[in-house]
Amino acid sequence: MDFGIKDNVIAVITRDEKAVSVATVPTFYAKTEQQQEAIAFYLSKVTTGMVHDLGNGCYVVVKH
Amino acid sequence: MKEYTLTILIPLMMGIIARLYMMRIDFRQYPSYPQGLVSHLTLGVIAAALGSVAIPALIKKEYAAVTFLALAAQQFRDVRNMERQSLDNIEPTELVPRGTAYIEDIAKAFEARNYMVIITALFSSITIHSLGSMNIPKLVVYGGSILVGFICLFLLKGLLGRQNIAEIADVIPAEIDFDGPLLKANGTVLMNVGLKQSRQLYLDKGMGVEIIPKDPNASATLATIGQRQAIIHNVSAQLGIRLDIGEPDFTPMARRNLDNGNIVMSIVPMERDMGLLIEAVKRTPVLETTKRKPLQSKVGSKTVKREE
Repeated sequence: MDFGIKDNVIAVITRDEKAVSVATVPTFYAKTEQQQEAIAFYLSKVTTGMVHDLGNGCYVVVKH
Repeated sequence: MKEYTLTILIPLMMGIIARLYMMRIDFRQYPSYPQGLVSHLTLGVIAAALGSVAIPALIKKEYAAVTFLALAAQQFRDVRNMERQSLDNIEPTELVPRGTAYIEDIAKAFEARNYMVIITALFSSITIHSLGSMNIPKLVVYGGSILVGFICLFLLKGLLGRQNIAEIADVIPAEIDFDGPLLKANGTVLMNVGLKQSRQLYLDKGMGVEIIPKDPNASATLATIGQRQAIIHNVSAQLGIRLDIGEPDFTPMARRNLDNGNIVMSIVPMERDMGLLIEAVKRTPVLETTKRKPLQSKVGSKTVKREE
């Protein structure tokens, strides 16, 4: 059996600190969009999750 | 025993031919070759033997033997279980899963094929014995039995034949584009792709099709997740797929347009050929387990009249 956290936001990558309220989920801050993109990419590789763009400067990694 | 040798052997052969005729090793690699093939052939021979000895056993008044035949026929119900289990076991190792509906469909088909073998052998055997009791030359009797066997075979094959998507729906190319992070095909949202490089790859190498059901029956059939998964599995098995574990961005998707019931599908195949993609979708069988016919219900038929 394959156990793990599924269908949940497992990380948030943001450029806007105010956009994320409580950090129940690991949150990563990026200075530029490029950096944000890179962090999201690396995280998706580590977690085998998928990166989604929320459009407000936040990326979330979700494992489906 | 000698009197029954040919009258058993001919139906037996017809049964085996029936099994071989229904055994297709194609791109699906199912039944798997060589082990899967051998086990199914063996079961086919046993089924053929059951069908061919039933009538001689009755004629000899061996009622106990007939009871045993019924018992043996029960074993073929296990064929479905066997197939289902084996496909379920390899499901997690598939890059693009078949889906449980497809598995159930395959398992049912294998069970039905064994019954088909029994029926073919049985009818062939009935012909031999009924013609044999008349005053007809032996050669005609055997010829007749073989003929009935073949007729049975083709009729049953026709009966077990499945529709494919081309018969219930039209398939047209769909334009893939992005609205912000949202991947769209012909205007229907498929998913949210966050990474820019993934979006670019979709624009460069991705393809989309739209499946337009021909009537509300087809629309209900295509709405089932099992049927959609079967289409996705078949397409990626034939065109190849740009996908790996840890690369969920390129998972092929089939989503329903809620306004009209059309299915839009996105895929990043290895072989980028729209003609082949449409062909692959069209050739996917309509699964027996997902087939819906709402129009045949009282309520369903009324909704259509109102629309008219």
